[in-house]
Amino acid sequence: MQYLLLIYSDEAAEPKPGTPEMEQHMQAYFTFTEEVRESGKMLGGEALEPVATATSVQVRDGKVTTTDGPFAETREQLGGFYMVDCDNLDEAIALAARIPSARLGTVEVRPVMMFDN
Amino acid sequence: MSVNQSLGAIVRESRGRVLAALAVELNDLALAEDALQDALERALEKWPEAGLPGNPAGWLFKTARRRAIDLLRRAGNFQSKSDAVRYEVHADGIVEDEVDALDDEPLEDERLRLIFTCCHPALAEPARVALTLKTLGRLSTVEIARAFLVPEATMAQRLVRAKHKIKAAGIPYQIPPPELWPERLDSVLSVLYLIFNEGYAATAGNDIVRAELCEEAIRLGRIVSRLAPDATEAGGLLALMLLHDSRRIARTDADGNILTLAAQDRKRWDRPAIDEGMHQLSVLTIVPHEAGPYELQARISAEHATATDYDATNWESIARYYDQLYGLQPSAVVRVNGAIALSYAHGAATGLRALAPLGSDPAMARYQPYHLARADMLKRAGDRAEAMSAYERALALTTNAAERRFLLERIEVLTGNGEAITPTAGTANDR
Repeated sequence: MQYLLLIYSDEAAEPKPGTPEMEQHMQAYFTFTEEVRESGKMLGGEALEPVATATSVQVRDGKVTTTDGPFAETREQLGGFYMVDCDNLDEAIALAARIPSARLGTVEVRPVMMFDN
Repeated sequence: MSVNQSLGAIVRESRGRVLAALAVELNDLALAEDALQDALERALEKWPEAGLPGNPAGWLFKTARRRAIDLLRRAGNFQSKSDAVRYEVHADGIVEDEVDALDDEPLEDERLRLIFTCCHPALAEPARVALTLKTLGRLSTVEIARAFLVPEATMAQRLVRAKHKIKAAGIPYQIPPPELWPERLDSVLSVLYLIFNEGYAATAGNDIVRAELCEEAIRLGRIVSRLAPDATEAGGLLALMLLHDSRRIARTDADGNILTLAAQDRKRWDRPAIDEGMHQLSVLTIVPHEAGPYELQARISAEHATATDYDATNWESIARYYDQLYGLQPSAVVRVNGAIALSYAHGAATGLRALAPLGSDPAMARYQPYHLARADMLKRAGDRAEAMSAYERALALTTNAAERRFLLERIEVLTGNGEAITPTAGTANDR
């Protein structure tokens, strides 16, 4: 099964760029990503620019409305994701638990919908 | 016994086991349920004429399995998640009489795997409870709905949604990997304890349904502790449920009022349940381990169960267990009960000293057991005035009519207007 692991965290609580904490944090991400890749479960994954760069788009009655900011204003924001191939939810949970930001924020595990045929 | 009665008894006893084996094999609980239902109908048709097969559970399993493969084939669904089943869905021509030839093979017990699925923390707690009772217990959806005081349609929908999430999210039918084991075992045990307490704690509702919940929780507890012998907390929980349950009949009077341990007729305690609980606890001591919260609570309950009368209770030992329990679960409930035990072991003054740290906790202002315990100890220490005001605070926090009567009686005695007190209600650790 395919799962999307959505990484939510409070940007204010994340390590600041240029600090040793940030370096450690990034190193932990590199190591994790490499391990998932080697296990053959990696389908993709990216880090996102901070939520200050987010733009939301809606179309109503054919009219496009563009607004500054994320879909929902919450303390924890989507900061990145992995797409993984796992046998079952427990495997996906075990991977999610190893994402460095799981210790700071929340990782949401979503199965990818499979259409017949 | 007629075949129908036999079939009923067999279904009641082995349904969970057959269903677990099917769910694991097919990797699909809903399909397993449908196929088993069909197999049961086949059995009803066939058994009255042909007689009971040598291994009815095995027969049901094989018949249901073949039925499931038919269903998958007919639906053109070759995407089955189980390799073995996928192979057979593709293969042609399975011999019709295979079932009867193979039906004496013993059925693998897969119930532990299914219980981990049903109690998966990715499911909401009410769904875990309902699903565990429905798939591994012996109660129908109607009975479960009645036990949890929800409409049948609500319960049915809860079950359907839970099964849908298992399938769509890919919740596996497996024993969890070691890194997830502690959380998962906790979840299984807390589901069983919830089922037990639903039957034990509440006094409202149908008594028979409630007794059934206790029995089901104990039965499932036996299965888990047998299939996961290394999980000492599973044994601890089983012992705890057995020891509590041994007092189920004795803990209410003819009018349905709750009787405390001091007031219970110990001859009405269920001896076989106590023996089984004590046996569970003695088995636990064979392997060195750190006692968990369930085991410690069971050991406290065991001290009561083995005391010949209330005065013979080993409070010293109970206080020690509460102390250990507080180390694992530092809550006010545990501290109050530990202080009560200490007060009986070493006198009211010692108990009051143990309660003292709670005095600065603002949450205690609304916590009735704290004031009740304190009042009782103050009275025993001879501090009439303080005892009175503590009883009054406890009274202000009490809504239960019987308990209010009891507290008013105590206050009257302290003011010198009443008769001597009989021990009808008392400490918070009585249950």
